[in-house]
Amino acid sequence: MNIIAVGLSHKTAPVEVRERLAVPESRLGEALHRLCGYQGIKEGVLLSTCNRVEVYAVVDDVDAGFARVQEFLADTHLSLSSEQLTPHLYWHTDGRAISHLFRVAASLDSMVVGEPQILGQLKDAFEASLTHKASGVVLNKLLQKTISAAKRVRTETKIAETAVSVSYAAVELAKKIFSNLNEKTVLLVGAGEMAKLAAKHLINNGVQRVMITTRNPQGAIELAQRFNGTSIPFDEFRRAMAEADIVLCSTGASHYLIRAVDVEEAVRRRMNRPIFLIDISVPRNIEPAVKDIDNAFLFDIDDLEMRVEQNREERRREAVKAEGMIEEEVAASLHWLKSLDVTPTIVALRKRAEDIKQAEIDKVMARLGHLSAQERSAIEGLASAIVNKLLHGPLVTLKAEANSSGSSMYVEAAKRFFGLDATQLPPAIPAEPTQVRGAGGGAAPATALKQSDPSGEPEPKRA
Amino acid sequence: MPATFFIATIVLYFAGTGFFLAYLLRRSEALSQVSLSVTAVGFLTHTLALLTRMLEAGQVTLASFHEAMSFFSWALVLVFLFVEIRHRIHVLGSFILPLALISLLSAAALPKEVPTLEPVLKTVWVHVTLSMLGTVGFAVAFVAGIMYLIQDGLLKSKRFNVLYSKLPPLDFLDRLNQQSIVMGFPLLTMGIITGAISAEFARGSYLSWNPEQLWALATWLFYFVVLMGRLTVGWRAKRAAYLTIIGFAGVVLTFIGVVLKAHGAVA
Repeated sequence: MNIIAVGLSHKTAPVEVRERLAVPESRLGEALHRLCGYQGIKEGVLLSTCNRVEVYAVVDDVDAGFARVQEFLADTHLSLSSEQLTPHLYWHTDGRAISHLFRVAASLDSMVVGEPQILGQLKDAFEASLTHKASGVVLNKLLQKTISAAKRVRTETKIAETAVSVSYAAVELAKKIFSNLNEKTVLLVGAGEMAKLAAKHLINNGVQRVMITTRNPQGAIELAQRFNGTSIPFDEFRRAMAEADIVLCSTGASHYLIRAVDVEEAVRRRMNRPIFLIDISVPRNIEPAVKDIDNAFLFDIDDLEMRVEQNREERRREAVKAEGMIEEEVAASLHWLKSLDVTPTIVALRKRAEDIKQAEIDKVMARLGHLSAQERSAIEGLASAIVNKLLHGPLVTLKAEANSSGSSMYVEAAKRFFGLDATQLPPAIPAEPTQVRGAGGGAAPATALKQSDPSGEPEPKRA
Repeated sequence: MPATFFIATIVLYFAGTGFFLAYLLRRSEALSQVSLSVTAVGFLTHTLALLTRMLEAGQVTLASFHEAMSFFSWALVLVFLFVEIRHRIHVLGSFILPLALISLLSAAALPKEVPTLEPVLKTVWVHVTLSMLGTVGFAVAFVAGIMYLIQDGLLKSKRFNVLYSKLPPLDFLDRLNQQSIVMGFPLLTMGIITGAISAEFARGSYLSWNPEQLWALATWLFYFVVLMGRLTVGWRAKRAAYLTIIGFAGVVLTFIGVVLKAHGAVA
């Protein structure tokens, strides 16, 4: 039994390929059904987002599994041939596949590292597999582990904490000046895209009152409707600044619309309550001297971009920490996966029975005192006979089911019935979680080199 | 027994200060829990130190400068823990704990014996408690002011460093500053009134016009003006921060003057 991951993402395929391969939610059930219809594919999960299409599957044989999944993907879209698809795909098995899944879930493989949507998308994909009975014991447990690993990364690192877009950086700065945005008022001067986006973020973060002014009165009225705010005549907006806690300025004007004296006046009328001004216009619309006014905080586009760059840096630092956590989690999952194999379970079961038998024999011998050799061997024989007869059924079943699609279910059941926890099982094969294999047989020297690639980046398949 | 608890408290506040300062300078949030735990245990031993002292002495031991300073430190940590539980602003500890430690160390340096009070001064502890609680308010306002000025400076100069990321929003600090004064001022007022009454009983006059009393009155007047200015003409934000820092410096100077003059005697 092996776990494989096959797919493509924004890192390996252009949008033209991704959009054709993407499976809409309405067709997910049909696709999962088709996937599990292939011979040798025991369980499957299909993750389809705008940035990636990936299949995670439990298969009997890695190479056959890769071939089946590729067929499946090629069949997903009629206009896409296997040859067109192949150069964009990456292929992972076992440790590497789990590691890839964990990294995707933890948003380490995302276009914007740390973005939160992917985990939700993965949960949806998992739900769909559950609903359509495409996933079983192995993937169910693995997906649970994935979700908890991703949550651990989120809570123990700051990977998703900081703003990585200019418009969001404005919100982040506003939160360093105002603790509660609910009762704050935003004044939007001009209708630049970035300013509108920032206004939207501010509203999403609690701002309830929005005032809008544009040179064209009609534009302000339309925007006011969109943001559920009020429009203000353009030649009066400087007075409205006394009511505004946050001023977002982004117009096409080639001169300073807001001068230092305007801000001084506003701060005075605000009785020194702080005012936060964001100038996203180029050329700038707010006089730079505003920065010297007490209780007025002016940030221009460069300041916001600098903040974003620092945050990206911070996310990269946190990503390193996250990779370490993922490694730990992958090792634990591999250990668990290994325990699902039949052979170590049989060994553990025998050992457990032997231990119990020996302990009971020792106990009874100590209690009975002097016994003849014959009596001793009779007691030992009795114990062995009971143990062997009791174990006969389970052992035969386990061996018989070793290669069936339900093997992991039987193993899991045996472990629970006989109380064999993972710690009693032989340790999982360590240090080999990174294994990339071509679909067409054993590892070629080129792929062997890739195995030691420590970057953890998914590698496109070499055809 | 009280002495043991007292020393344990010094050690714990010392450790708490160290952890909190390290927390302030490091990117990780991990240290906040250690710092808080150490501080909480310190607060516990401090409470025990105060209680056992009272039990041993059989009176409310809030009369000598040692007792007043120890109580001040205790109340400061109490206020910090209260704000911490309500707002989870760990970084406040990085500023309050050093202050609590300094007060406790100065308490340790002052004569520790329990003073024998004349019967008329049996209730002087009311005056001391109220005055000290008022002063705690000013101390918290002072700390909030310092934090405000730092965060204001960082925002103005666009230095988004570790300190920036840990300090709370400006308006939180301004509100903390305001609330501390609003709470501290009436307490100090009552402290001064009860002090005057005690003095009337002890010496037969409400006010003896000595320099310390004049300083205390000047401090009271200063905070009165600061508070009124805030409520009427908008002396908030940066100006309030500066004023409360100056005010607290005045309080500290008054206290040092009084202590030096009296040299440990009862006020």
